Amino acid sequence: MQKLETGKTAKINFTKSYKNKKQLEKILLFSVAVILATFWLLPLLWIVSTAFKPESDVIDPIVRWIPKRVTLDNFRIIFSDKENAPILRWFFNSLFIALSHTILILLFDSLAAFAYARLKFKYKETIYWTMMATMMIPGVINFIPAYVIVDKLGWIDTPAAMIFPGLGGVFGVFLLRQFFEGIPKDLDEAALIDGASYFTIYFRIILPLSKPALMTLAVFTFMGNWNDFLWPILVTNDAANRTLPAGLAIFQGTYIHNYGILMAGALISAVPPILLFLLGQKYFVKGIALSGLKE
Amino acid sequence: MNKNLQKIEPYLFILPQFIFFIVFMILPTGLGIWISLNKWDYLTKPKFVGLKNYIDLFKPDTIDYLEFWNAFGNTFKFVIFSVPPLIIIALALALLVNSPNLKFRNFFRGVFYASNVLSVSCVGLIWLWMLDTNAGLVNYYLEKLGIGRIPWLAELPWAWISLVAMTVWWIIGGNMILFLAGLQDIPQTLYEAADIDGASGWQKFWYVTLPGLKRPLLFIVIMTTLAQFNIFGQPYMVTRGGPGNATKVLLMYIRDVAFGQYRMGSASAMAIMMGLVMIVFSIIQYKLLSPKE
Repeated sequence: MQKLETGKTAKINFTKSYKNKKQLEKILLFSVAVILATFWLLPLLWIVSTAFKPESDVIDPIVRWIPKRVTLDNFRIIFSDKENAPILRWFFNSLFIALSHTILILLFDSLAAFAYARLKFKYKETIYWTMMATMMIPGVINFIPAYVIVDKLGWIDTPAAMIFPGLGGVFGVFLLRQFFEGIPKDLDEAALIDGASYFTIYFRIILPLSKPALMTLAVFTFMGNWNDFLWPILVTNDAANRTLPAGLAIFQGTYIHNYGILMAGALISAVPPILLFLLGQKYFVKGIALSGLKE
Repeated sequence: MNKNLQKIEPYLFILPQFIFFIVFMILPTGLGIWISLNKWDYLTKPKFVGLKNYIDLFKPDTIDYLEFWNAFGNTFKFVIFSVPPLIIIALALALLVNSPNLKFRNFFRGVFYASNVLSVSCVGLIWLWMLDTNAGLVNYYLEKLGIGRIPWLAELPWAWISLVAMTVWWIIGGNMILFLAGLQDIPQTLYEAADIDGASGWQKFWYVTLPGLKRPLLFIVIMTTLAQFNIFGQPYMVTRGGPGNATKVLLMYIRDVAFGQYRMGSASAMAIMMGLVMIVFSIIQYKLLSPKE
């Protein structure tokens, strides 16, 4: 009797302390996460705060997180400056280039991946794996000769220079082939018996079933092309032809030390990718995992 | 006829991508090697010089020698300084946001990843302002703490610390997500078994988590290292290669030689040297880190 009692109390005490410990861990983890997240977000909050301040308040030696006066002047100056820093023009350049590039990648890579995943043809695996092996070639080896080729094609200072060369990449083919191979083959066979062409199978069966993979590829391709920096600097001479990220380098020189205007520009350039991130968050997480850990 | 068409059809599917692959992947690699064997000012005809452009990089009395090896050393420094925090902090963050005991963990994942989607020039502008010696936010608080102003971008070693810190802030989220995927692939039963054996949290990390992360770790280390070799935007925007030439990196110098001085042959030789070093580095890392079966 005595013994049983002690055992019971011990058990209650144990569960209690275990629960307390878990509670403590939860609070501790949460506090650490909140502190880190705050530090992570501070720079972003600070540019928002700066972008809406008049210049006199920006250089005010007292830091005010909430602006004393909120103004849109910085944005007004940026949008009216069409000569030195045509941000609107850059924005539309970026949008046109990244969209065209993404659409072409989706189209060409899905066509190719369909053939590699579902069709039989001579030298298929040889071609495919030779292509994949080039992923090992560091991009730095290619950028000077790629410039020479783009120049010979007469594409310098045109969107073509930023839309087409990236179509030579093989990552999209790899990603889509992996996905297409997971779709049951019976579907194709049934369609073939019904007299469907390869293109019909590709377009009516494979593509609609591959929406998640296509979306992931789209989000990554768009983001990668949008954020490209070195290449657009190389292939544009006229400031007006730059993309937004590449244009910001000029913009920085134009408004050097004028941080209200600079931060307004940084904010404008941050909005599209952040928006895309918020809308396509699940594809981001999936895509990063896919790009990395598939054997 | 029909049968022939059926034989050709698969090639039609791969053709569009394949053409671009040949023109913008294979052709440039070949062309790049060929240019590196020539002396070429981009206007007149290239002149074949064999391996001279490569040999010149090892001759102390050539113009390129000092500048190339300075840029090479700087790039190397950046890789050495930035890769360890990009791995260790990313793993720590992944462990944090993977914990089932953390509330709102999806929100925190989003926060740590968000900066990763910004362009390097946007990140550069943000940190130029944050780290401004006179008016920057960082120095403002350091002064309040009695530490005083630090010339973050104008002096060493601060310029390196700034470049590494902004890089960590910028891209750590990508590595965090990769680690997260790796963590989620570790079978939960291993942890349960460790619990039964009475393992402490630290022991579980050391004997279950780390061994379980070997493959993703190998991949993340190699990819991060390769990506950091390609550093260009951060110093281009923020330090302009300064103070002096102290943060001038390879891509900055190669771009200068190619499109500022129009010495295409030398620039191509440098680019290929850099590419080879990157390949050697990946192989060494692979040998050192690949899990032994």
